[in-house]
Amino acid sequence: MSSIDVPLRNGGFGTTQRKDNWWVEPLLVFLGFSAFIVYSTWAAMQNAHYTFGPYLSPFYSPLLMTEKPGWWPAFMPFSAAMLILWAPGGFRFTCYYYRGAYYKAFWADPPSCTVGEPRKSYWGERSFPLIMQNIHRYFLYLALVFILVLTYDAFKAMWFDGHFGIGVGTLVLIVNPVLLGCYTLGCHSLRHLVGGRADEMSKSPVRKQTYDCVSCLNRRHMMWAWFSLFWVGFTDVYVRLCSMGLITDWRIF
Amino acid sequence: MAIATFKIWRGNASGGKFVDYTTEVEAGMVVLDAVHRIQASQANDMAVRWNCKAGKCGSCSAEINGRPRLMCMTRLSEIPLDQPITVEPMHTFPKIKDLVTDVSWNYRVKERIKKFAPKPALADGTWRMQQADIDRVQEFRKCIECFLCQDVCHVLRDHDLHDEFIGPRFLLYNAALEMNPMDTENRLGDLKDSGGIGYCNITKCCTKVCPEEIKITDNAIIPLKERVVDEFYDPLRRLFRVFS
Repeated sequence: MSSIDVPLRNGGFGTTQRKDNWWVEPLLVFLGFSAFIVYSTWAAMQNAHYTFGPYLSPFYSPLLMTEKPGWWPAFMPFSAAMLILWAPGGFRFTCYYYRGAYYKAFWADPPSCTVGEPRKSYWGERSFPLIMQNIHRYFLYLALVFILVLTYDAFKAMWFDGHFGIGVGTLVLIVNPVLLGCYTLGCHSLRHLVGGRADEMSKSPVRKQTYDCVSCLNRRHMMWAWFSLFWVGFTDVYVRLCSMGLITDWRIF
Repeated sequence: MAIATFKIWRGNASGGKFVDYTTEVEAGMVVLDAVHRIQASQANDMAVRWNCKAGKCGSCSAEINGRPRLMCMTRLSEIPLDQPITVEPMHTFPKIKDLVTDVSWNYRVKERIKKFAPKPALADGTWRMQQADIDRVQEFRKCIECFLCQDVCHVLRDHDLHDEFIGPRFLLYNAALEMNPMDTENRLGDLKDSGGIGYCNITKCCTKVCPEEIKITDNAIIPLKERVVDEFYDPLRRLFRVFS
């Protein structure tokens, strides 16, 4: 029997008795989000190569205007993506899953469960600026509209010069709203709004059924969040590479 | 039969230290078994709280290799035995002795929560509710009050905001009351203010450590946050209430 003096208190940043690789998950989240943010910002600033035939990149959809409007500040470079990306971006930024993930990965608050934090002060989501996370449901309303728009884009991607056809890009654009739909329709705010706010859901079978459906998707919310994030980026990459002539869009029929 | 080393925290409110104990372990043992063996053979004065040894009383909460867990539900076969296994009391609560902590703060918090206020009885003098309406609440009623969720919550553990935040256990308790179809009380103001629900930043650590596998964050805390948004932060709802 031997002993070492170790006071039992929570130590500084990164201190823990955990023996597993606790840092792997926040690191992967950090790298994943960072890669997406860097790429999407770059792609949004290009204002080029966002269409190819009937395909439209989701970063630029809906395409509200292609030319710089008169009211646009002169010092700011114009891109059609900048007119719309704030909405899906805001939806993800205020998403309950993403919040928990980026508070850990980017702010180390905490870095992982039972791992010491870098700072003692903590405000949580009680005061400005994080109290603004409570507007998540408004971004949800916008995100629901975006799913309809992207579904229409997928439909348009089936028509090549007025003729029905399916290309690899068509499939890419079809998968995009499906994954986004699974993510958005599993949103915690939607789950609340469609039924969770009621204590007696059984009074409305439709409400109960809707709540159960949203709950079903909600159980895999993290998975849908990542799949849809990856795919929306991949869709832009695909359209961009086709537009730049770097890859060929194979027609299936 | 294998040999394992346990680094067990020994001390009290004024301080302590990790002490190494080496003991024989057998197939099927849990950490609590090993701690009892050490207590019986090497450290008769070691304090450890336990009761059912079946994961239902919530007494033997501790931190095993840095993870809040019930000692009676942590099999040694789940833990690498080639390196010392650390066993500590819960960090979030004041230490009494060795692995025993003072969790009475939780009972004081619970006393502050508005009690169940049932609707008037039906004409036949009874209360009836539908199973579909009570499913959510029944998940929350599985809680055994082991307080591992309170222990792991960084708001309490790292920031010591015990006076301003009631912690996941009592957000869950509030959810069980708020979502009860027979309840008439409104606790949303308390949740926002004295309950400090806004402190929760949804790290889901509480869900990860719950031995009853209650989805604390997704099914209790976030729905409560949404109800608080309904009541206090949704401008359209507030406007609607003004004109209705």
